[in-house]
Amino acid sequence: MGIVVVDVMLKSEILDPQGQAVAGALPRLGFNQFTDVRQGKRFVLTVEGEVTGQVLAAAREAAETMLSNPVIEDVVSVRAEPQEAVSHA
Amino acid sequence: MRIGVVTFPGSLDDHDACRAVRAAGAAPVRLWHGDDSLSDVDAVVLPGGFSYGDYLRAGAIARFAPVMSALIPAARGGLPVLGICNGFQILCESHLLPGAMIQNDHRTFICRDQRLRVENAATAWTSDFEQDDQITIVLKNQDGQYVADKRTLDELEAQGRVAFRYVVDGPAAPAPRRYDRFASRNPNGSYRDIAGVTNARGNVVGLMPHPEHAVEQGYGPSLDGLKFFTSVLKSVVNA
Repeated sequence: MGIVVVDVMLKSEILDPQGQAVAGALPRLGFNQFTDVRQGKRFVLTVEGEVTGQVLAAAREAAETMLSNPVIEDVVSVRAEPQEAVSHA
Repeated sequence: MRIGVVTFPGSLDDHDACRAVRAAGAAPVRLWHGDDSLSDVDAVVLPGGFSYGDYLRAGAIARFAPVMSALIPAARGGLPVLGICNGFQILCESHLLPGAMIQNDHRTFICRDQRLRVENAATAWTSDFEQDDQITIVLKNQDGQYVADKRTLDELEAQGRVAFRYVVDGPAAPAPRRYDRFASRNPNGSYRDIAGVTNARGNVVGLMPHPEHAVEQGYGPSLDGLKFFTSVLKSVVNA
């Protein structure tokens, strides 16, 4: 079983209301050192067998067509992840 | 005259959209997200709601529903399509309309009677309005902030493709309106106060507020919504 991790973030010029809500709450817990918070999305895609170049290419295509909207988001990374590094809680 | 209304899992306003179609004198045709065809309808409404729970992004999963693979080429070919609220989000995700919708900048759900200015009265869905008419219909959304890059926004403005803008009175508002929390700013943070846009051809229109909730005496803030549906009847007859 192989695993591909895709990270997606809102483009920096797009307001991130969720990140702002988190940023607003952190000081209430005494975390005053963080001046900004931006929240993104992580997708963990599982395949049978190894993560081949073909699998990575398919993951990249899925990331660009569905997992992200290029109008507002960037695909920050698409990478194979060693399986033990991903926890399935 | 048959107007299709698509139901996705999580659509909420499909029944009201059907009522509005009927109130305008046309026959509503229920379309299902899993349909492969549009059943030869003359126009399509994508209604409001939370298709697929708004998971991933509002409209992102609905955009890949089977019915959309029939609708997208038909819309590109000139079929009149109106996207309301979630329907607008779906049209943006489908790239039939430019830009995208993100969460309201004030991070709260909003539900209110909203004044709009009609800025393009030449589309398939707005021809019964006059340019610069002010109308009042219901606005209710979580992800209603219209965003696009500057080049896209400039292009929309230059081509007259901003169909509706939120009316923002500012300090000049008459007294009761001055105390409205959205007197001096638009209600969801939309760039350039944009409430709705059209494609270049004028057959595809999307807007955040809900015309289908303003078509019947005694329900909703006005009857202004009816003109969306009477407009499309004329555009189809004249086509």
